[in-house]
Amino acid sequence: MWSWLSDPNLQWVLMGSLLLGISAGAIGSFALLRGRSLLGDVLAHAALPGICLAFILTQNKGLLPLMIGAAVAGLIATKCIDFITEYSRIKEDTALGIVLTVFFGVGIVLLTAIQHSGAGNQAGLDAFLFGQAAAMIGRDVWVMSIVAAALLVFSALFFKEFKLVCFDRSFAGGVGFPVRVIDTVLMALIVMAVVVGLQAVGVILMAALLITPAVAARYWTDRLGLMVALAGIFGGASGVIGSLTSALGPRLPTGPLIVLAATVLFLLSMFAAPSRGLCAKWRRAARLREKVQRENFLRDIYERYELALPVQQVATEDLLAPGVPLTNSGPGSDERSHVRSKRVPRIARRLERQGLIRIHEHEEMSYCALTLDGLRAAWDIAHKHRLWEIFLMHEAELRSDHVDRDADDIEHFLTPDLVASLEQLLKVHQREPKLLPSVHPLKTGGMDSWTHTR
Amino acid sequence: MDAYTLTIIVTASLVAAACGFIGCFLILRRMALLGDAISHSVLLGIVVAFLITGDRGILPMFIGAAALGLLTAVVVQTLEHGGVTADAAIGVTFTALFALGVVLLTLYAGRVHLDLEHVLYGEIAYVPWDTLMLGGYSLGAKALWTMGGVFLINLIVVGLFFKEFKVCAFDPGMATALGLNLLVFHYIQMTLVSLTTVAAFESVGAVLAVAMLIVPGATAYLLTDNLKVMLGLSMVVGIISAVTGYALAVWLDSSIAGAMASMSGVIFLIVLLLSPTHGVIARLRARSRKDGLAEPDVVQ
Repeated sequence: MWSWLSDPNLQWVLMGSLLLGISAGAIGSFALLRGRSLLGDVLAHAALPGICLAFILTQNKGLLPLMIGAAVAGLIATKCIDFITEYSRIKEDTALGIVLTVFFGVGIVLLTAIQHSGAGNQAGLDAFLFGQAAAMIGRDVWVMSIVAAALLVFSALFFKEFKLVCFDRSFAGGVGFPVRVIDTVLMALIVMAVVVGLQAVGVILMAALLITPAVAARYWTDRLGLMVALAGIFGGASGVIGSLTSALGPRLPTGPLIVLAATVLFLLSMFAAPSRGLCAKWRRAARLREKVQRENFLRDIYERYELALPVQQVATEDLLAPGVPLTNSGPGSDERSHVRSKRVPRIARRLERQGLIRIHEHEEMSYCALTLDGLRAAWDIAHKHRLWEIFLMHEAELRSDHVDRDADDIEHFLTPDLVASLEQLLKVHQREPKLLPSVHPLKTGGMDSWTHTR
Repeated sequence: MDAYTLTIIVTASLVAAACGFIGCFLILRRMALLGDAISHSVLLGIVVAFLITGDRGILPMFIGAAALGLLTAVVVQTLEHGGVTADAAIGVTFTALFALGVVLLTLYAGRVHLDLEHVLYGEIAYVPWDTLMLGGYSLGAKALWTMGGVFLINLIVVGLFFKEFKVCAFDPGMATALGLNLLVFHYIQMTLVSLTTVAAFESVGAVLAVAMLIVPGATAYLLTDNLKVMLGLSMVVGIISAVTGYALAVWLDSSIAGAMASMSGVIFLIVLLLSPTHGVIARLRARSRKDGLAEPDVVQ
């Protein structure tokens, strides 16, 4: 069944789209991080007048002169964008839009003028608009592979420079890198990638090959080297998948299918990537919700104990044993406890497995008793919770003299000093947790709650 | 000037006015490229509407395009929310939707009487011949009526929500503080953009539509600091590009839409260099006079 793979024409197409995908994906990563994703789209459109002019001048439809025309037009377009943003108040997105539409408009004028002038032999010039990967021939693939190899070599050579320019332009300038030159080299590489891609996938979809694999790769890693490699792999894979799919049916256009393959890879990455992917995010959020529910449940029980045992005292196993009833008025029944009553049985089972509570039946009623471990955890949670309450009540006074304004991290928020004054206030408001888990005073500064270690 | 020429120029002027009008807000909100993206992805909406209803009725096409336009805006918003940068989100979304549109179009090319090139570049030269017939009377070009209708809708919606659009464009923070739902107004604008581009699609093609969304507004932005004046100027610039573009197209015997887009670029270039307040030359002179004190970059 794989006999059609040996079709030499298909092999050229496969080779071409593989190379194109790899190089466009790798270059696209830099464009993405440099914040110029859509530049590829603009350049692809802007190449049209260059292609037409090259044809008018040379009367030649060979890939090379047209590519040179496209590259020159692309470079002029990037210069125009820079000029507009630098010398007027027009913002970058508008400048990109202006250059894209105006250049393309000029290109259409030239294209139609050529067609109407009947200058013979122009047929096929508009293949550049939508791409004709299926029509790639050996010589085109040679040109493409040379350019693609050059692109990869350049991005390897300039890796460090591109990295600097992408992540910290002002630092790069500060340590003496010629930022403008590096930027121009990067733009030139993008132009080259676009120009080779035009013939395969066409103006509008070339942008996708630069953007989509790079965005997909971004989900998987925070390391630039790995990201560039992944983007190249994704790009190459979409090139191959797209060309193979289009070979299956007689009327399936290659370019759009390559783009759709890249989009599928992007969607997969978006959902399935570890840590940055959506599924991982949802899982983390669910875990956090669960943890908060457990803490709220423990605090709720603790507060019920507190009400039941009036004086401040050190708890023993015997004192805790009767527990609190798990009824409709039990933990989770009350708005204030922030536990959803629907979840109570599951949370209780979970806590019991962790040895923090013990559930027992007595006269057809379920009771939930804290163990000594559970009491320690619950005390910790209640204590911290009340410290925060007090902190919020007195935020205005405390903030100014105790809190380092730059520290957003909660761990840095409560300095030992601050905790000491909060403890003081806790006493004043009589909000200290009354049921102590042991004779020895607990250390209060440690913010690493019991749940973190579990 | 004969009726044929007049029809073309009036249609193009209506496209220019409708697009320029809504385009001003896109430019001010730094979303010019979202307009470009929407104008590409409505193709899928048009194709799907064709495939479902099986004819080229205007209403299903508008609904399909508006739905896809909104979908684009929503997907871009969602991706941005998920941590993808704005321009990358736009790029991923519209290329995917456009590619899907092209695949469907080529797969069902036999059933859909829609030519890809026609959609993209339009052929405004045919507009005068496609007339709206009512009870045997010709009421003029169909495109004239749809463009006029869309222009009116734009005018009415912008008129109704002028204050809201203004606050959202210049001070989103204040808009939220005033209790405005930014997203609602964002989506209202995006619906207008999709309606406008799809109407323009039918008659003049995507090139001219996108050019008219962005270029006249940007030109007007260089000439004034007043939003109302900017809206008016963008229409004027659009209409001038339409008229001069038509002349250029006749002279070169080329695509009318392309020539109009090119002329809007020429006008933009002239204004960019010569605008008395925000032009490059005025700025350079002010800079050399005041030695580096830049003009305040404020629009009211």
